Amino acid sequence: MNPTSPESQTGATNAASCRVPFLALFGGGALWLVVGLTLAILASLTFHKPDIFANCAWLTYGRLQPAANDAIVYGFCVPAALGVILWIFCQLSESELLLPLLPIVGANLWHLGVFVGLIEILIGGSTGFPSLEFQRGGSVLLFAAFLLIAISAFATFGARRRRELHPSHWFLLAALFWFPWIYSTANLFLMAWPVRGVCQAVVDWWFCANFLFVWTALAGIGVGLFYLFGGPNDEEATGPDDNQRFLTLFSFWTLILFGAWCGIPQGAPVPAWLPALSAVGAALTILPILTIASVALRAVRTRGAAPCRGGPRCSILFGTAFFVISGIMFVALGCPHIGPVIELTWFAFAQTQLQILGFLTIVLCGAICALMPRVMGFDLVFPRLARVRHWLFISGIVLFAGALAVGGILQGLKLQSLAPFATVTASVLPFYRVSTTGLLFLWLGALLFALNIFGMTLKWKLARLHSCLAWLRAPEETIAAADTAAAAGNGRAK
Amino acid sequence: MKNGFHVFLAAFVALGISWLGFVLGSILQLGVEGQATVLQSSDLYPVQRPGAATMGLQVYRAEGCAACHTEQIRQEGVACDVVLTAMGNNPAAVKKAVAGLGAQISDATNALPKTVLSRVSKAGADAATASISSAGGTAEIHIVATGPDIARGWGVRGSVARDYLWDDPVQLGNLRAGPDLANVGARLGNVTWQLLHLYAPQSVVKGSAMPPFRFLFRVEKIGGAPSPDALQLPKPFAPAPGYEVVPTRDARNLAAYLVSLHADVPLFEAPFTPEVSTK
Repeated sequence: MNPTSPESQTGATNAASCRVPFLALFGGGALWLVVGLTLAILASLTFHKPDIFANCAWLTYGRLQPAANDAIVYGFCVPAALGVILWIFCQLSESELLLPLLPIVGANLWHLGVFVGLIEILIGGSTGFPSLEFQRGGSVLLFAAFLLIAISAFATFGARRRRELHPSHWFLLAALFWFPWIYSTANLFLMAWPVRGVCQAVVDWWFCANFLFVWTALAGIGVGLFYLFGGPNDEEATGPDDNQRFLTLFSFWTLILFGAWCGIPQGAPVPAWLPALSAVGAALTILPILTIASVALRAVRTRGAAPCRGGPRCSILFGTAFFVISGIMFVALGCPHIGPVIELTWFAFAQTQLQILGFLTIVLCGAICALMPRVMGFDLVFPRLARVRHWLFISGIVLFAGALAVGGILQGLKLQSLAPFATVTASVLPFYRVSTTGLLFLWLGALLFALNIFGMTLKWKLARLHSCLAWLRAPEETIAAADTAAAAGNGRAK
Repeated sequence: MKNGFHVFLAAFVALGISWLGFVLGSILQLGVEGQATVLQSSDLYPVQRPGAATMGLQVYRAEGCAACHTEQIRQEGVACDVVLTAMGNNPAAVKKAVAGLGAQISDATNALPKTVLSRVSKAGADAATASISSAGGTAEIHIVATGPDIARGWGVRGSVARDYLWDDPVQLGNLRAGPDLANVGARLGNVTWQLLHLYAPQSVVKGSAMPPFRFLFRVEKIGGAPSPDALQLPKPFAPAPGYEVVPTRDARNLAAYLVSLHADVPLFEAPFTPEVSTK
């Protein structure tokens, strides 16, 4: 496309409207990803040397581990997913980002909420509910911020030129609706008006399954489908054929219908109908998982298998593969015969980490590295490091989650066979050491990702400063030159 | 799906049904649960924990103990034990009947009651009791909970919803990096032991992988007289001469909470025959 053509000019304007909100969402997200993985590494040290933080309450494992998880999930995954959703809606609507001020305010509120929540956990103010450790202050900020960003997304969605919905729309719109409902329900019933006794655990399990599995799947697959099928401006786009469209619709319906019923552990101290229903939900959740796998494989065959260089499609294919593995692990945890053996072991932890870091994080990082050059109007500052980051993430998650999953199965079998508890703990330790190595790879990858995002931010700020200075010298010429440069940059990035 | 409203409707229906089932359904059923009478007793269960233990639950929450410990004993099923309680007038016939079950019994009457058949089905237990009764002896059938957690000694029955009635927050835990604590008060009910374990786990459990919680204790210079609360630690773990380790209020509350963790009474929904009746 000619960089000075009207289409290109419109594309550049649309992309430029996303700059500040995206820098706020992705910049903060990248920082939290590094912080979260740093906390996770610190937490893992306790298993290698139990008395390492014996005198420091802030760094005790029980505080570090939830803080690490929340920093990754709430700090990175959600805002990064929201940013990518905004971008996809802009692309599919062929429009600029509407109400851009809302995502900017929302992003800042969100990061403030995460900061407040993490500090509370580290000073001993956790709520004690897994994946919902933030106290009221942090939770209210997160909820309000999500709504602000979602309003902008809905406005951009409403401004679309084509009435027909892209398959990405189904998943991403559902994700925008899903989170506020589950998050408000969980916070109202656990913090505002706490329900009694074990109902608290049921509400938390319901939230965890709907957030850590269904929501992440909706967001990750929605993003993945956009890059697999291509948007309206994608020259290589093949679009879904009728068969793929039907399969995608089937996976969407089955995911939201059956996935929402998962999460109650098989041996939980609750009336038997709860885990029984959950087991049925888990068994049927295999349908969307396998359907997504077949859609992804078909898309690869249609567009040909290009060599993997860390681009968005490559990230999405790896991410989808991890989603399928994580989904099968999730289903296994819900099975009445297998679940009780592996559910209170490292296996369940590995499944969650694979879903968050292996699936969603890899898909989002791939998408962000692809969209940022278009948004900013110039290439990644360190494109090679983006490729290194991709492979570091892949190898890191294989070591991290793979080792913990195998260790978890071993732990479960030994607990069942009545081996002495000290033996069980000792037998998991070698796997744990491998998993910490995987964490280091992931941390390094996150650092490279952050380097690219902050590098771009710095370059953009310097360019703005430069143009401001130039404008002071010759205002009219500078504006014309900047417009031409932005259009040319956009054409190159495409 | 042709427009955004259809997507919204689909998500609303899917999530709404699950919300009605799991959230509202469980609140309607479990939210009204109250105290129950312990089987074969007039005692009510559960009772509110003592004040220090209730405060200790908040220390348990703040330190994230549930990141490594669960508070839920898993039960696979129930089985029956046959316990011989009296030999009757024809000990030889009873001994023969017991031998037929694969057990041996001595002549001493103080050896009774004795479990002569373990972990059998109800039908098997009924048949064994009938054969002992026909020989003139008396036998009882004891219900026992089964499963790896119970065989490991972590509890005597599976955890049930009623066990957590007064706790807020309820922290069932989802990882067993450490042992289950649902019934730890019955297993290790000594506050001093718990304090020693919190300060230096390896001082009481050799090879323990638990991190020490030294920040819950103060190392103080011994003044005029040693503090009555000071821990008596074994030599490798003791502080420098002239110093003592004194638990803070948080440590004492946490220990009080741990020893208050009892899930060892038979309930309608979790029946078993208490061990004490056989002695």
